[in-house]
Amino acid sequence: MSECHDCDGCAVAVAPTPAHKGARTHVVAIIGPPNSGKSTLFNRLTGLRQKVANFPGVTVEQRVGKAKMNGASNHHDVVLVDLPGVYSLNPRSEDEQVTRDVLAGNMPGVPKPDALLLILDCTNLGRHLVLAAPILSLKLPTLVILNMADDLKSRGGHVDTAELATELGSPVALISAAKGQGVEKVFQFMEGTSAGTTSLAPPRMELPVLQDIPRCRQWAHDIGTGAAYRAPAPPIWTRRLDSVFLHPIAGPLIFLIVVAGVFQTIFTGAKPLMDGLQALIQTSGQWIEHILPPSIFRSLLVDGIWSGVGAVIVFLPQILLLFLFIGILEDSGYLARAALIADRTMSKFGLQGKSFIPLISAYACAVPAIMATRTIENKRDRLATILIAPFMTCSARLPVYTLIIAAFIADRPLLGRLFGMQAGALLGLYVLGFVAAIATARLLKSSILKSERVPFVLEMPPYRWPTLRSLSLRLIDRSKIFLRRAGTVILLVIVVLWVLENLPVKNGQPPEIEHSFAGMIGHAVEPAIKPLGFNWKIGIGLISSIAARETIVGTLGTIYGKEGTSESEGLRQALRSDLSPGGAVALLVFFAFAMQCMSTIAVVRRETGGWKWPAIQFAYMTFLAYICALITNQIVRSGIFT
Amino acid sequence: MLCPGGRYWLMLQMSVNSEPSAVPIAPGARTLAQLREGEAGVLDRLDLPEDIARRLMELGFLPGHIIVPARSAPGGEPRVYRVDGSEVALRRETASRLILRASNDPSVL
Repeated sequence: MSECHDCDGCAVAVAPTPAHKGARTHVVAIIGPPNSGKSTLFNRLTGLRQKVANFPGVTVEQRVGKAKMNGASNHHDVVLVDLPGVYSLNPRSEDEQVTRDVLAGNMPGVPKPDALLLILDCTNLGRHLVLAAPILSLKLPTLVILNMADDLKSRGGHVDTAELATELGSPVALISAAKGQGVEKVFQFMEGTSAGTTSLAPPRMELPVLQDIPRCRQWAHDIGTGAAYRAPAPPIWTRRLDSVFLHPIAGPLIFLIVVAGVFQTIFTGAKPLMDGLQALIQTSGQWIEHILPPSIFRSLLVDGIWSGVGAVIVFLPQILLLFLFIGILEDSGYLARAALIADRTMSKFGLQGKSFIPLISAYACAVPAIMATRTIENKRDRLATILIAPFMTCSARLPVYTLIIAAFIADRPLLGRLFGMQAGALLGLYVLGFVAAIATARLLKSSILKSERVPFVLEMPPYRWPTLRSLSLRLIDRSKIFLRRAGTVILLVIVVLWVLENLPVKNGQPPEIEHSFAGMIGHAVEPAIKPLGFNWKIGIGLISSIAARETIVGTLGTIYGKEGTSESEGLRQALRSDLSPGGAVALLVFFAFAMQCMSTIAVVRRETGGWKWPAIQFAYMTFLAYICALITNQIVRSGIFT
Repeated sequence: MLCPGGRYWLMLQMSVNSEPSAVPIAPGARTLAQLREGEAGVLDRLDLPEDIARRLMELGFLPGHIIVPARSAPGGEPRVYRVDGSEVALRRETASRLILRASNDPSVL
């Protein structure tokens, strides 16, 4: 793992580890078409001994894990590499290129596989067997795994595995990865290949010319016929459920209820959990403060690291809830139907149906939303969704909005008694973020992300019950990624910000914030932000809000010597007397557009495999925020609206 | 209907146009977008750039295969198509580039 920065402390070593005591790493790659149950099998074989990263330099996810081999005879570590889902090895997409490179041993940091597990959905063997042709032509020891054996049986299908093995010249295992049936055959195969006892048999059926898809399909058909393959009956329950979920009237209604339910839960349902976590972090922080002698290090530990990292960890319940929902939606098969329903609307903005759920989630927090874009297979659509997600009004903007709106906008009725000016202003800010997002999406899709008209293709998997096992593995996985972030990049930024706010030390005491390094920077940037109607105090606030948007509320509280919450009347008054109305509205606009969130920057870096896209995104959003805030301040100052 | 008893029908010769404009759609030739829900059609050719055509062929949209339109999203698109044992949704712009055979040869059905 040369390029993996995420795995410093992780349990699985992937690099060809130096042989210690005769042990050797045996690398087995899992390959299969999308929806063949590849990840389910990978989870089955590795359990929690896995980790997720990106292949170096690309957005393709790399999952690597140690197989849970048992048996005393096993002297080798078996490392499993889960490859992206592909239908062929023609390198037309990033996924296929990565798969080819790994199989050929050309992927830096990933050793060439010693053996392959080819997993196919046996309820659709004809089409899935097409992938066997290019895989078997690699002449590596390969186990052909026919997954979904339970479905095949219950729907009246049949296949002769012994005959299929003879025809392909490779062992064949009929399994159900979701239920764990037949998985022992996979372990036996890996034991055999790692001990070097597996020999290759030549296939009875000659392999077809790989470039010719109709020939390959015919070859797969002939193989299936030879193995007495009988396709199962159509999935009755899937058809019945689709007649409800894709019903012209009931379908969209159910869709809206599902989306509203997800939104409501991640927004309000997570709140008690988040408040509880917040209280826990605060109490434990006070406890640490109590037992340590007062010193500058105690301040760094409690006020800096503890509360700073705590402010990030507080979002964990929201992230877990969102991924629980997405897990259920995806594993059950409903996500594909939701994407189908949302596609027409999303296509008007140059996006597609699968962008919908991530973008809705971004109203809670852009971090899980960006992690959720992994369900979008089309790389350009995924990147466009990642780039616009931070424009959605996330919950961290709310404290800032609440403070400024309450301080500067009189609560006069606008539309009746229930909907006042303040609510109108808040709604306006939501609309502003949304408009910026769709305008940016259109801009991206007509410029740098102009796709070569890649058609929208969406496979509809049959409905299935989500398994507790796969859901919990997914949640553990996402939590690990998120917490690792909080412990690395974010920790570093917090320490730097604390240093800026608490140094240079005067007479052994931290300085007044005006005389700290942060204050100096605030003064230094004042000329640049003055046209926006901001003074140096807002400048300090903007610098501190790079950690997380809502931090500015606490920072302004410190600067003005008032209580640093969005409900603080003292802070509102202080702001009213210090900031012009133009500056206040400009500040709202600035926060609507600027990418003031290092967690988002960090997660974009991770998901896009480098600093290029987060840098472009940060520059674009900051530029847009600056220009729009400037225009806003000038308009308000000119008095058009007074 | 599609593949009763697991019979897959294939034509070995195919016609994929690397230049979509080279072969204009003959007047009267129907496209996949014109099929009604539940009405089967046999694919003749894919009037799409080669790499897109190949991607669709990997999903089962091969000349000679039977395609049956199923349910659609509200508004009529994208629509789900049953093809080669699975269900795949396409937008109308894509479906209208998939040209069907003039007659549904009964021997094929």
